[in-house]
Order: sequence, then C-alpha cells, then structure tokens
Amino acid sequence: MKKLLIANRGEIAVRIIRTAREMGIATVAVVSEADRFAYVAEIADEIVVIGPPPAGRSYLNHEAVLHAAAESGADAVHPGYGFLSENAEFARKVIDAGLIWVGPSPESIELMGDKSRARKAAHDAGVPTLPGTQSALNDSDDVPSIAAQIGYPLVVKASAGGGGKGIRLVETPESLMSTIEIAKAEALAAFNSSEVYLEKFITHARHVEVQILGDGVDFVHLGDRDCSMQRQQQKIVEEAPAPDLPDDVRKRIRDTSVELVRSAGYLGVGTIEFLYDPATQEAAFIEMNTRIQVEHTVTEAITGIDLIREQLRIASGEKLGMSQKDIVFTGHALEFRINAEDPANNFMPSPGTIDVLTLPGGLGVRSDFGIIAGKSVTPYYDSLLGKIIVWAPTRTTAIRRAERALKETDIRGIKTTTGLLQTLVSLPDFEHVKHHTKYIETGVDLTGGAK
Amino acid sequence: MEIISPLPGVFYRKPGPDKEPYVNEGDAIVAGQTIGLVEIMKQFSEVRAEAAGVLVSFKIDDFGIVNPGDVIAIVE
Repeated sequence: MKKLLIANRGEIAVRIIRTAREMGIATVAVVSEADRFAYVAEIADEIVVIGPPPAGRSYLNHEAVLHAAAESGADAVHPGYGFLSENAEFARKVIDAGLIWVGPSPESIELMGDKSRARKAAHDAGVPTLPGTQSALNDSDDVPSIAAQIGYPLVVKASAGGGGKGIRLVETPESLMSTIEIAKAEALAAFNSSEVYLEKFITHARHVEVQILGDGVDFVHLGDRDCSMQRQQQKIVEEAPAPDLPDDVRKRIRDTSVELVRSAGYLGVGTIEFLYDPATQEAAFIEMNTRIQVEHTVTEAITGIDLIREQLRIASGEKLGMSQKDIVFTGHALEFRINAEDPANNFMPSPGTIDVLTLPGGLGVRSDFGIIAGKSVTPYYDSLLGKIIVWAPTRTTAIRRAERALKETDIRGIKTTTGLLQTLVSLPDFEHVKHHTKYIETGVDLTGGAK
Repeated sequence: MEIISPLPGVFYRKPGPDKEPYVNEGDAIVAGQTIGLVEIMKQFSEVRAEAAGVLVSFKIDDFGIVNPGDVIAIVE
C-alpha cells in the first residue's frame, strides 16, 4: 500500500490519515464542496473534490469516489464508518477496479448486513442469542404461537435494518399482527425488503460489544466495551472494558465472538454487539458491524494496539502476527462524543463557525477531532465534532480524570454536548453502573443533574 | 404565499430516493400538508404548507441547499 484514499470526512478521516502518515503511506482525502476547506483538507497529502455538499452526491457517490481514486493514483480505499463502509456493492467495485479494499470481503458485509442471516450465523457459532425466530418470518408461520413462545414484550425487527433503525416494540398479543404489518411496510419502504423477524425485548439492557481482529485464518478479540449511555439509540459515552460484567459472561461473549468470525473467515476489524440484561446476567447477540467503529479508541487505550494500523496491515495482505495471549488489557478508558447539538433544545443540530476550541490535555487524555478553531460546522453531515478519550488505571480514577478533562473543554461559537457529558459522567448512577440504554430518555434532566 | 425554510440544510422533494415527490408543481395542497423535507445533520424536518392553495412552483431543487429564510415554494 503506497497511497490511501479515505472515503470519509470529519474526525475519522483525520484519524485514518494520522496512522497512515506514521506508516509512510501517502493520503488522498476526498471532500465535498462544503468540506473544501475542512481541517482534513489541510492535513491530507492530496485532496480531490468529489461533488456538491449533499452526501448522496459526494461521499455516497460510488463513481465519484472511484474516479478520484483513479485520478490520484491511490492503490487502496479506506471507507471509515457510516457512508460506504458497509456497502458490499461499493466494496466489490473497489476490488474490481484493482484497488485494496480496507475492510472485510463483500460476502462478509452482506452476511452481517442481513440481520436474520447474521443472527443464524451467530447462533450456529455458539454466540448467545435472544429467544426469537431463527430466520425471517414466512407467510406460513404460526406467528401468534411463535410470539407466545418468545414471550412479551418482544420486538419486530427488519432483516435489512441496523443501527437501531427498523425496530418496533410489541407489548401485548393484541397488537402483534398489526405491528408486524406496519413493520413490514416500513421495512419495505426504508430498506427495500419486507423481511422481518421477532426477538425478545429486554426492558433495562446494557449495550456491550466485543472487538475482534482477524486475517481470514487467525483471529483474536481485543476485549469488550460498554456503550449503554445512549440517546435514541445513538451512543454518546463508551468505555472499555465493560464494567460490572460477570467473568463467565465476559468470557463467553469474547470467546464466541471469535468463533463467529472464524466461521465466516473474516478479514480485518469487526464488532459483535450484545444486549446484556443485568437482572438475569445474560448477554445476547444483536448484530455485527463490519467496519471500524467510532468508539474503537477505548480499545486502543486499554490494549495499546492501533486498530487503524491493523486494518491497513491486514488489508495489505499481512498476517495477524499476534495470538490471544499477546493481548494484555491495562486500566480503564472512557470516550465522550462531542456533538454539535443543543441538549437544552431537544438536541437541535447547531451548525456555525467555531470561535474557540480548547481541548483538554494532561496524562491519559486524548482528543480526536475533525475540526479546529476558525472552521465552520456545515449543516450537511453527522453532528459528531470529535471525541475526548481518557485512560486511567481504574474506572474510578478514569471517571475523575474525565470530569477534569471535560471541565477543561471549551468550545464556543456553536452549541455542543459538552455540558451534558459533564453531567452524565458525574452521576452516581453512572459510577455505580446503574445506567442502561434508555437511561437518558427516562432518567436524567438534561439541563441539570439527575431527576 | 411563500413557503420558507426555517433551517439550513438540504431540501428534499421526496420521502426517499425511490419515492414519488410529496407534491408536484401545479398540485392543489391543503393547510398543514408536507411538501418536502429539510435535512440538517441527519435530522429530517418536514416542511409544511401554512395555508391551502395551489403549489405553483418550487424555488429550490430536489437536493438543493437552503439557508434559514430561503423561499422553498410559491403557493397561490
């Protein structure tokens, strides 16, 4: 790999360029017209403007990205997260153009992108799954008795859904059939497939996940993370390792995640997501993400392994070169997502020019941002500005360090989630791991302290 | 009467890429009817007509960029 094109923007594009530079790989940033003067355009070796601001006409435009690769002489494409990162058709086009695709095979992307097929693959590999249908519902199925066996409440999920989208809750048998009809219609409209399946619903779940790494032959896990602090299924605080998880549960999700990717001959980084029910101390498979994730940094902090470097190495055809016993977990890490949103005004997006961007420093503090002071946040893309990651020897000291780091953070000119994060990290419920995936919606006064 | 965008972002005339437009030029519309979407940072807000009439013309194209106060469409 000599020259890497980054088919993404913002903080992850900056993140990828940093590692590529350390590896002596030249970088090409593709930018929309709105990102022509973004920070990434200053640090990339080259930029190619690929289209107008709307992502559909730039970052999601297969031909524009491939044309930029040809024009710049890039020999590899890193898709980052979101955009084209889990698009098997685009991955195939990259490979067919003779370029290195920094990601798993298109077949792996398709398998895990189909949620009911992924669920079956997980089940077959021994990964714990929630009670539910083994595959998508058929017209001939006796749906009411299947649902009764699973138990209520349950959820109807779109096979082609993901990222928290295409999910409907059913609380009683009376609303089962009508909800399935609505879910099918919605799934057809949103995902172009009316396939749905049923799964048990956990009321107060935590979100835990396992990071895996493989070269198609050998596989390791890089431990677990907890991303339970969410708002409307969007993660906002993540940590590694997952706190307050029984040893047997931790071992089981880690080991079976490795078996799942082994069964798929998986290449590169991936994340197996689980719901964990603290009441029953059971974890169950949700889905697998076949890309680098926003929260990969907390895993880097506790393992010392640069996950982007591993992606680039393995995509170039190198061997994994490590075994499970080589991976040592040290301390505890927390990540906080700083979004351009106003928590006091229903999280309204807040575009505008950043006048001041003071990021925290000191021991064990890392800031990964896609923007610098003086630049503008445009209204066209995701609101994530960057992430603050803290590491400390224990979870308690990491929380104290995070409080300190978030207090140092000063961003002016636009509204951000910094104040909300300061509130969340200091909650006793967070320190005592009493939070869950619906905690913010149900438990916290977002303008002040806990209710 | 003008329909104004309250937000900056991208204007869409269709609910999805493969869908029919909410409204075509020349269509009669009722008060409160959705005529398009404005996307700001992945959040979608519906743009509605304040009064009934005929939507004579769109001043912003599908996928067009809008700023707060921009006229999206004319209703008579």
